[in-house]
Amino acid sequence: MSSYIAKRLLYAVPVLFGLTIIVFLIMAMIPGDPATAILGSYATPENVERLNRQLGLDKSLAEQYWIWLGNMLQGDFGRSYSLNRPVLDEVLERFGATLILAGSALLLCSILGLLAGVYSAVRQFGWGDRLITLFVLIGISLPSFWLGLLLILLFAVEWKLLPASGMYAIYGGGDLPDLIAHLTLPAITLSVVATGVIARLTRASMLEILRQDYIRTARAKGLGERRVIARHAFKSALVSVIPVIGIQAGFVLGGAVYIETVFQWPGIGRMLVQAIATRDILLVQGGVLIVAASYVLFNLLADVLQHKLDPRLKT
Amino acid sequence: MSGKQKNSGRPTAWRLFVNNRLALSGLVILSVIILLALLAPILPLASPDETAPAQRLIRPLGDGYLLGSDHLGRDLLSRLLWGTQVSIAVGLSATIVAAFFGSLIGLVAGYAGGKVDNSLMRGIDMVMAFPYILLALAIVAALGPGLMNALYAIAVVNIPFFARNIRGVTLGLARREFVDAARLSGKGHIRILLTEILPNVLPTIVITMSTTVGWMILETAGLSFLGLGAQPPQADLGSMLGEGRKLLFTAPHVSIIPGLMIFLLVMSINLMGDGIRDVLDPRLKSGALSRPMAKTEDARNITPGNRDQKTGTAMEVMNLRTEFQVGQEIYKAVGGVSFDLRPGECLGLVGESGSGKSVTAMSLLGLVPTPPGRIAGGEVRYEGEDLLGASLSRLQSLRGGKIAYVFQDPLSTLHPLFTVGDQICEAIRAHQPLGRAEAWKRAVELLNKVRIPNAERRAHDYPHQMSGGMRQRVGIAMALANDAEILVADEPTTALDVTVQAQVLKLLKELQRESDAALLFITHDFGVVSEICDRVAVMYAGRIVEVGSTDQILTRPAHPYTRKLIDCVPVMGRREKRLEAIAGLPPVVNRLPAGCAFADRCEAADDDCRKGELLLEEMSDRHAVRCRKAKEAA
Ligand code: SF4
Repeated sequence: MSSYIAKRLLYAVPVLFGLTIIVFLIMAMIPGDPATAILGSYATPENVERLNRQLGLDKSLAEQYWIWLGNMLQGDFGRSYSLNRPVLDEVLERFGATLILAGSALLLCSILGLLAGVYSAVRQFGWGDRLITLFVLIGISLPSFWLGLLLILLFAVEWKLLPASGMYAIYGGGDLPDLIAHLTLPAITLSVVATGVIARLTRASMLEILRQDYIRTARAKGLGERRVIARHAFKSALVSVIPVIGIQAGFVLGGAVYIETVFQWPGIGRMLVQAIATRDILLVQGGVLIVAASYVLFNLLADVLQHKLDPRLKT
Repeated sequence: MSGKQKNSGRPTAWRLFVNNRLALSGLVILSVIILLALLAPILPLASPDETAPAQRLIRPLGDGYLLGSDHLGRDLLSRLLWGTQVSIAVGLSATIVAAFFGSLIGLVAGYAGGKVDNSLMRGIDMVMAFPYILLALAIVAALGPGLMNALYAIAVVNIPFFARNIRGVTLGLARREFVDAARLSGKGHIRILLTEILPNVLPTIVITMSTTVGWMILETAGLSFLGLGAQPPQADLGSMLGEGRKLLFTAPHVSIIPGLMIFLLVMSINLMGDGIRDVLDPRLKSGALSRPMAKTEDARNITPGNRDQKTGTAMEVMNLRTEFQVGQEIYKAVGGVSFDLRPGECLGLVGESGSGKSVTAMSLLGLVPTPPGRIAGGEVRYEGEDLLGASLSRLQSLRGGKIAYVFQDPLSTLHPLFTVGDQICEAIRAHQPLGRAEAWKRAVELLNKVRIPNAERRAHDYPHQMSGGMRQRVGIAMALANDAEILVADEPTTALDVTVQAQVLKLLKELQRESDAALLFITHDFGVVSEICDRVAVMYAGRIVEVGSTDQILTRPAHPYTRKLIDCVPVMGRREKRLEAIAGLPPVVNRLPAGCAFADRCEAADDDCRKGELLLEEMSDRHAVRCRKAKEAA
């Protein structure tokens, strides 16, 4: 197993390289004088000159890339002009908040999606199934940023049950219950679409699996129906759903941009939106890279998990 | 199945689509929205940009404002319709751009193959390694905020979906004969791509478009919501929502209304997308499969209670009838089968595939999947109890306990994700109150008993790590786990090669003798029958046509069908003998002919044979035949 993880980690390296190339190329699309564009129009002439040197703009694109990459590998992501602090510091600080939000949303959508999907398949064409199918239909079409506003109106304004914004209360708070209270609405909002996708897929794969010969064998052994479904069918379903959960991690990490804006969550998504508005390109670059890299790791995790569950994948 | 459709012809794609109620309602909602958006210029509406400081933040339905007004006193209904127009136009344009470039990449990669394919797909994989929205954000960051830039960004991040899908289809097409033919006839690559391949990938492009356009509308609205798309005074639904958000607490309608419109738009498109996909690619249809229940439905008119069973029988089957309902058609897979199974004997149930022999076996303990199967009549008695009417929990206590099954293909019938030891343990513990460790010990003993070498170690193997013969031994071990009185073996050796077949057969025979269980052995192969069975029942079209001792049947087969089956047995060293298979096909069991079901394939058939009901008539001691000519011939 550990050798497999090592191998997968090794495979992740070229993907990470690819990410940096794409980000680099996108930034090379910036029209006009890159240094001014990157630093913004408020940049001092010294900074522009320093950056020009740093970017080696007289060199070829490939050379520029190598220099840029080398700097990053040494932890130099540049300096955010709008915040006047190193990009890496800011990005790492913000990333923690995003990870808490996206992680809980991912956990939520996996649990709810799997449960709903299994229930829906077992009660196929029953009322529960129809209700879940309807929720899925609505869920995957909901603009999450709008849903967030609706939830704020209901839970924070109408019923005053949960806080509408931020990660911790400004006065007092700061402990775990406080965090959970602030996390509830954004995490639910962020998980809705992914829950729908996972539930739909789980239902389809459960229905497919329940027709397999080995399920008939399980029944022919005299196993109770609960065990047939919870153990035999569910494990197979899990194997096919896990990669999709991995992919959903990408949608959740991306969707965090909206949710963090709606709920003023101090994460990297909100930072990115502000950085784009202020044209703080280096900050955008750093933020995009770290989120993309974490997505690669999420997928790797899903992959390893799948290998752990399915012995046929081991050679 | 065929008749009806032939008359009405294949239903058109449009009919199929309209019959899908959800897809149709999606179409209706979408049409209404589009119509309203298009009519915005000629409807009697205020200009969307006309401000009226005195009429700020009017609630919906108030004062001549159907949907109220915003913080500048602009008419929300008017703004909504104009904004919808913009959102649809932008989403649709993004879809077209993504479809064009994505399809182009997919076509070239799939057609060229090799290095070109490889490097293009690497690039696509890289793009897909980004979280969806994030890449769009990076692009907008580089190009600067604005509606057009948002459009480009969303289009770019959707290109991979098109490229992947279209490449997959193209790859298959590029190797087909008609493409080779076109190439040989001297057509250029571009012409082949445009005239031969593109028409065939068009459905895939349409499916991908219909499933992504909703997303693209949603995401461009999202970018506008963040303030990165439409810039004032231009407004789309997203930017309206974004502006309204600042007034969430004082005038929630300003943000709720445009959001609702985005939701309706996206949902109606998704509903349609699902419908279009189901029509163009029915294989992907979700939820079309129905799930088999834990027990076959008992649809008999009368449920006979428990009564004494014929003495000296382990199981008594009387007039068993099992049907499958597919659409309007009813297939009578088992049409009145009766037999006794005596303790310690081996009864062979023989017939071609489709004769109903497996369905008979599965019916005994309610293992025929419902839907579509159901028990239509008859009785199955075990210890006097009517098993067809037994409760699920009663059946579960018998299944794998007193009555155990061995199935045909052990690769598909063993669970791929559990070790064989684990699966045997489970069978043991379903019927015996043993702890895990004890059960495991017992499982290893069983594996030893079925002569699996290194049983201790192999118990930790997964099914795919074993050979076919070994797997079937595991299947047998599982059936023996709880000292069954009746073993039902459904073609247990058919999936194995000949030498392994003989070994497994021998093992099964020995173990059956040893345990003194009754064995119901289902097979199509008379060669196997002669090896193992004491008595034989031959099935054809859902009924038993001849039954007798193996000796009687093999030496004096009385039914023409039995004779042909016996002739099909390959004789060692004479392969061509096998070619003398029975001409013709068994009748489809939804429309059985009157009289003898075998008449169409029988050389001795005459008009008499096609009339009335044929009975299973006793020829000599316990040798019975369902054939008009059998007595004369004998
Ligand atoms: S009844 Fe007639 S058709 Fe049927 S098997 Fe006998 S001879 Fe052939």
